[in-house]
Amino acid sequence: MDSLPAIPPHARTYRYDAVDKAFLQARIAEFRDQVQRRLDGTLTEDEFKPLRLMNGLYLQLHAYMLRVAIPYGVLNTRQLRQLAYIARRWDRGFGHFTTRQNIQFNWTKLADAPDMLAALAEVDMHAIQTSGNCVRNVTTDEFAGAAADEVVDPRPYAEILRQWSTLHPEFTYLPRKFKIAITGAPHDRVAAKLHDIGVIAKRNTEGEVGFEVWVGGGLGRTPIVGTKLFDFVPEADFLATMEATLRVYNALGQRENIYKARIKILVRDLGDEFRRLVERELAEMPEGRYRLPSEVVQAIAAHFAPPPFARLTDNPPALRQALEANRAFATWVKNCTHPHRAPGYVSVVISLKPIGGIPGDASADQMEAVADLADRFSFGEIRVSHVQNLVLPHVRQEDLPALFAALKPHGLATPNIGLVSDIISCPGMDYCALATARSIPVAQRISERFADLDAQLDIGTLHVNISGCINACGHHHVGHIGILGVDKRGEEVYQITLGGSATNDAAIGELIGPAFSYDGVVDAVETIIRTYVAHRAPGETFKDAYRRLGPAPFKEALYAAA
Amino acid sequence: MPLLEDGRLRPDPFVTVTDEEPLPEGTPAIISLARLLRDAPAGRNAPLGVALAPEEDPRALVPFLGRLSLVAVRLPKHRDGRAFTQARALREALGFRGEVRATGHVLPDQYAFLLRCGVTVVELPEGADPAIWNAARQAHPVAYQAAVAGDAEPLGFLRRHVTA
Ligand code: SF4
Repeated sequence: MDSLPAIPPHARTYRYDAVDKAFLQARIAEFRDQVQRRLDGTLTEDEFKPLRLMNGLYLQLHAYMLRVAIPYGVLNTRQLRQLAYIARRWDRGFGHFTTRQNIQFNWTKLADAPDMLAALAEVDMHAIQTSGNCVRNVTTDEFAGAAADEVVDPRPYAEILRQWSTLHPEFTYLPRKFKIAITGAPHDRVAAKLHDIGVIAKRNTEGEVGFEVWVGGGLGRTPIVGTKLFDFVPEADFLATMEATLRVYNALGQRENIYKARIKILVRDLGDEFRRLVERELAEMPEGRYRLPSEVVQAIAAHFAPPPFARLTDNPPALRQALEANRAFATWVKNCTHPHRAPGYVSVVISLKPIGGIPGDASADQMEAVADLADRFSFGEIRVSHVQNLVLPHVRQEDLPALFAALKPHGLATPNIGLVSDIISCPGMDYCALATARSIPVAQRISERFADLDAQLDIGTLHVNISGCINACGHHHVGHIGILGVDKRGEEVYQITLGGSATNDAAIGELIGPAFSYDGVVDAVETIIRTYVAHRAPGETFKDAYRRLGPAPFKEALYAAA
Repeated sequence: MPLLEDGRLRPDPFVTVTDEEPLPEGTPAIISLARLLRDAPAGRNAPLGVALAPEEDPRALVPFLGRLSLVAVRLPKHRDGRAFTQARALREALGFRGEVRATGHVLPDQYAFLLRCGVTVVELPEGADPAIWNAARQAHPVAYQAAVAGDAEPLGFLRRHVTA
């Protein structure tokens, strides 16, 4: 960015031009035609299914669900207001933010879907590739362009991946869905090692950007931590490397058994041979065709120019006074903010996990409130986090008291980020046709059990993840406490895993023992937490304590009495 | 079955020959990869084509490329997209210049993608309406990535017009 002549205006998101807008209109026209052909019977449901899925339209238990892409979780306020409008007009006044940084509308009618897409297109949004066996919406760090520890802003590369993968002619009928995450910070906030491809952007000693590429991670019924494919792919070879990796997968990935069709199985089965095949593909590519020119990177990076930050200093007096005067505010600041690179600024996480609420749900009113506050306090930028919360990335520290006060009446000031009630839960039996158990009510009951904020603060950092079936959309394998609902002879039971992690020390949690009943699972979680509190060293987090202690004391506490 | 090429239907001069049948003299014929590897048919003047199964690697054709007029790739189900990668490998890694034909369960919505991956001819079901295929092919005049065929003038960033 430094080499550009002048800092371009702050755009908040990638700005569509006439080419992009025309593309989107063509796409909507195409989908309208496909819906029409389905309604008049020209297309069978079997033929229509992959087409509707490529436009984000799923069939759930009670209705269609439209999953809207929020590219790499970045929104401007016009877009968030439009999502609120869509929620009111075509859904039941709610939207559900997902772990893929997307939003879902759970009560969509097939005939309305083209109109909903047209409304999205008015604000440069779409639902392309939020489903189906294609490259899905790319995810990135919710603090991108703001975090103090960031080395490379991942958003331009995420946008390049978005464009490159859009209606990719070769990779739209893959063996299975394909998820890419990219971060540019040493602290991995995107679970890079648990994606089909995880990219960590970094710099070499000359300051040039390159990419550490991980492949074959994933959860689902066979959780696997990924393998490092390359340590430093030069920027120019970024897309070629993606192409080569996907070619090997498209040619050789299993297609008979959907549970073995993700790239992780291929990578596991081929071992080092996988890298050799990717290198062969790279060697066979014609010189230059897939090169990523630095001019393209710079032109796209211009869309992500920083906002006009004021010259401020950290810890302004207004903040210090408020912290001393108001304990509730101080707790919120401690739990719900993240260090910013610009002095005097901070990123704020808005919890969508009120006690007893549905994790990730936001009402249309709340979305509009957040949009207003983003305009007032965060240069009109909003992010969706992969733990189903919202982020205002650039807030002045001196504005924190006003922001806190303004969030409260909307139920958006729950100070529980990273605590036991900041639960990730999939929709489970309440919506999902594949579910074998309820998950949302389990999340609600756990958060009610630990409603007391002091107790939560005493417990400290603790990630609880809940999935309603073995597909693991709630990422239970990487929860510090992971809960998986399964069906056992017609009864919902819950398996608990401990010690998982989705960050730099990525690990799959270990099954602690026999499953618990729907009624018993919350007690079991409480027992696990009590055991941790009893055994922890001063300042030791749950995850660290579990890694030191192993499963024995937890097993003992859970099962010995029975 | 009818063939679609450049938006128009045309008859198929090739006959598909099973591994047991003798190769007809003087008639364009399509054989399997296994048969090609087994018999390496030489001394034939009539055009020869090979039908690749989805799991077969086009690189196996390298020793025979000069003798092949056609390679067929197949979508056993429309969701099975291995043919896209096979076609692209034929054009790009092998530099194959002959006809690349897509067969099997192909949808009109896949036509443009097939062309961009290097397919030139699609085998259609009997009675298919080429107008539907041409409309689907022209649905998107713009693409966001480089491909083997159809790239026209650049539009900034990675974008380019697609020649229809
Ligand atoms: S984990 Fe299972 S129940 Fe939950 S959303 Fe995924 S498929 Fe549905």
